[in-house]
Amino acid sequence: MPRVGLFIPCYVDQLYPDVGLATVELLEQCGCDVDFPTAQTCCGQPMANTGCTEAAKPLARRFLEIFRDYEYVVAPSGSCVAMVRNHYHDLVHEHPDFEAVHTKTFELCEFLTDVLKVDGFPGSFPYRVGLHQSCHGLRELRSGKSSELNVPGFNKIGGLLESLDGLQLVSLQRPDECCGFGGTFAVSEEAVSCMMGLDRLHDHEQSGTQVLTAGDMSCLMHLQGLIARQKKPLAVMHVAQILAGRKPQLPA
Amino acid sequence: MTSATAHRDHPETAAEFVANDARAHWHDQSLWFVRARRDKASQTLPEWEELRERASKVKLHTMSRMADYLEQFERNAIALGAQVHWARTPAEHNEIVLGIIQKHNATRVVKSKSMLTEECHLNPFLERNGVVVTDTDLGEWIVQLRNEPPSHIVMPAIHIKKEEIGELFHDLLGTEKGATDPPYLVNAARQKLREQFLNAEIGLTGVNFAIAETGGFVVCTNEGNADLGVSLPKVHIACMGIEKIIPKAADLGYFLRLLGRSATGQPITTYSSHFHGPRPGGELHIILVDNGRSNILASPEFRRSLNCIRCGACMNTCPVYRRSGGHSYSTTVPGPIGSILAPTRDAQEHASLPFACSLCGSCTDVCPVKIDLHNQLLTWRRELALKFLVPFDKRLGMSLAAAVFARPWLYRVGGAIARRVFPWLPRMLVYNRWNPWGRQRELPEMPAQSFRALYARRKRNHKVPSDQKPASR
Ligand code: SF4
Repeated sequence: MPRVGLFIPCYVDQLYPDVGLATVELLEQCGCDVDFPTAQTCCGQPMANTGCTEAAKPLARRFLEIFRDYEYVVAPSGSCVAMVRNHYHDLVHEHPDFEAVHTKTFELCEFLTDVLKVDGFPGSFPYRVGLHQSCHGLRELRSGKSSELNVPGFNKIGGLLESLDGLQLVSLQRPDECCGFGGTFAVSEEAVSCMMGLDRLHDHEQSGTQVLTAGDMSCLMHLQGLIARQKKPLAVMHVAQILAGRKPQLPA
Repeated sequence: MTSATAHRDHPETAAEFVANDARAHWHDQSLWFVRARRDKASQTLPEWEELRERASKVKLHTMSRMADYLEQFERNAIALGAQVHWARTPAEHNEIVLGIIQKHNATRVVKSKSMLTEECHLNPFLERNGVVVTDTDLGEWIVQLRNEPPSHIVMPAIHIKKEEIGELFHDLLGTEKGATDPPYLVNAARQKLREQFLNAEIGLTGVNFAIAETGGFVVCTNEGNADLGVSLPKVHIACMGIEKIIPKAADLGYFLRLLGRSATGQPITTYSSHFHGPRPGGELHIILVDNGRSNILASPEFRRSLNCIRCGACMNTCPVYRRSGGHSYSTTVPGPIGSILAPTRDAQEHASLPFACSLCGSCTDVCPVKIDLHNQLLTWRRELALKFLVPFDKRLGMSLAAAVFARPWLYRVGGAIARRVFPWLPRMLVYNRWNPWGRQRELPEMPAQSFRALYARRKRNHKVPSDQKPASR
């Protein structure tokens, strides 16, 4: 029974508790012994991405210490995992726990496919699903082939989703363009950020998406914010919620 | 030129571009079209990723022995009869160019597209000294006529619509009013440019690749204007940044195959003109320019940015560039690579550029010479914070947040209070001009309980996991 330390990013903890619960349910379904260490808060990504390295370092150290004793660390967020896996080196490479922790930290879907070798989940989800390939999941963790590279195609999140009965992945004009969230970018470059988000939504609408999903709740928070303001007929769910059998709240 | 106008930060100039929604979308789509062509072209070569790897290796190797290769190039170029000049700064470069022109008592120069001379602001300098310079690349000439800098390094006039070109040509060249037919306009331009070519006394070009082994260099154009520009006049001045050097002629193949495909989706640029020494009876001057490049070479963090072959692919793919336009960067080279190069010249002036990026990483995957662009932009943010060039409110916000996150109890209580209070606040208090998130977006709905609270309850209830087991390999 793999012993998993659950890492629930701060904003998921505070704003999207059901994404966390769905993650726990999925991991338990797959036979993991899941534990959520309550001392955790934030991995330090917002600070590091803004250049405030000194503010991020103590948070990175805390992260290593909290999670060092688990067999694996799993999070429902590609972006936060990319922070730990690819960018902790710049912050805390000299820490005694760095090496161990950063190599055993996984994004939920890659953990399911690569470590647990799960092929799919039972259940049905008879909807047209638009997968938003979050950039950090895609290009930092390689959860799928990015459209720029000339390498064989694969898609870890899409593969899991398609195992559900009736689920139909839509194909987009621009399969993996950024939604414009980008952390503090969403605020400091508000105009471009929102134009990017609206363009993504337009692509999904044109392609017939009913349920918009992603492995990163942060992209979805931005897109959902635009959907809610514009009252667009799109439901938004984290991929963990779909896999765990939640039903979408489709607009009437 | 941009340097003369007061500097403005990217968010402000970008917001202006985005405000014209139709134009911003037109710009985005034109460039996406080029990016899509690049994808197709790169997919025609099964060895694409290997080519990228090799090109990147050649460049990294060159950089590790930059001085040697430059000296080898100089020796070989001189042996071929060229005159080689070295310039540390844009001012030195401009003086050298002017010196050559004056030595020949010349006043008329035709130039084929060179981003380096843009970087050095050569045109206004020469004009101040009584020299008439004509940019002969069509796009470059159009922006010259409009008195503005290029907005892209490969497609300098990509931001201008054909209707606007029609009007410009009507005013300056006397084409028919309202004419927008591209062949007609191109023809008019050609007539006018032909006069310039015929009258020119000096031909000036950039350099795409300079080969240490042979002392020759290659200039890539699609219009053949570099060839024309240096065929008629007796004097050819070639201006190059020192990073254009490659060791061997045999390396050229990698770069030429990558360049055209990455830039516009063409298998190769229409003209790849090779120059080995001056034409009989003529003069060839090669100016090697540093302008900050050796500083970049000395920095392990940013050295890789000298790999750049100026294909522009990172601009075409950049979702921010496409929507904010090249001029929003207020620097000669815009987009991802420009946002790395500009702060190395003046960190304070260009401090907003490394933040004009959502860190999507598309530039890194598209770059034919494998520059890890988005990581370098992130590194720049760190450097800027160290230099106290990150805005104070951003730094303060991040320090406060970090202080809260370092104290789980404070984080828990703060979160609980916020979730409880927010839903009761009047809209006006939440959605106002101090909340850029809320200008076009709603804030998430606040759940009654956090995950940690729900998780604790679930644990207390000993909720057994679902007995549905997933399929396994
Ligand atoms: S950084 Fe790479 S993609 Fe961008 S212009 Fe240079 S070579 Fe092309």
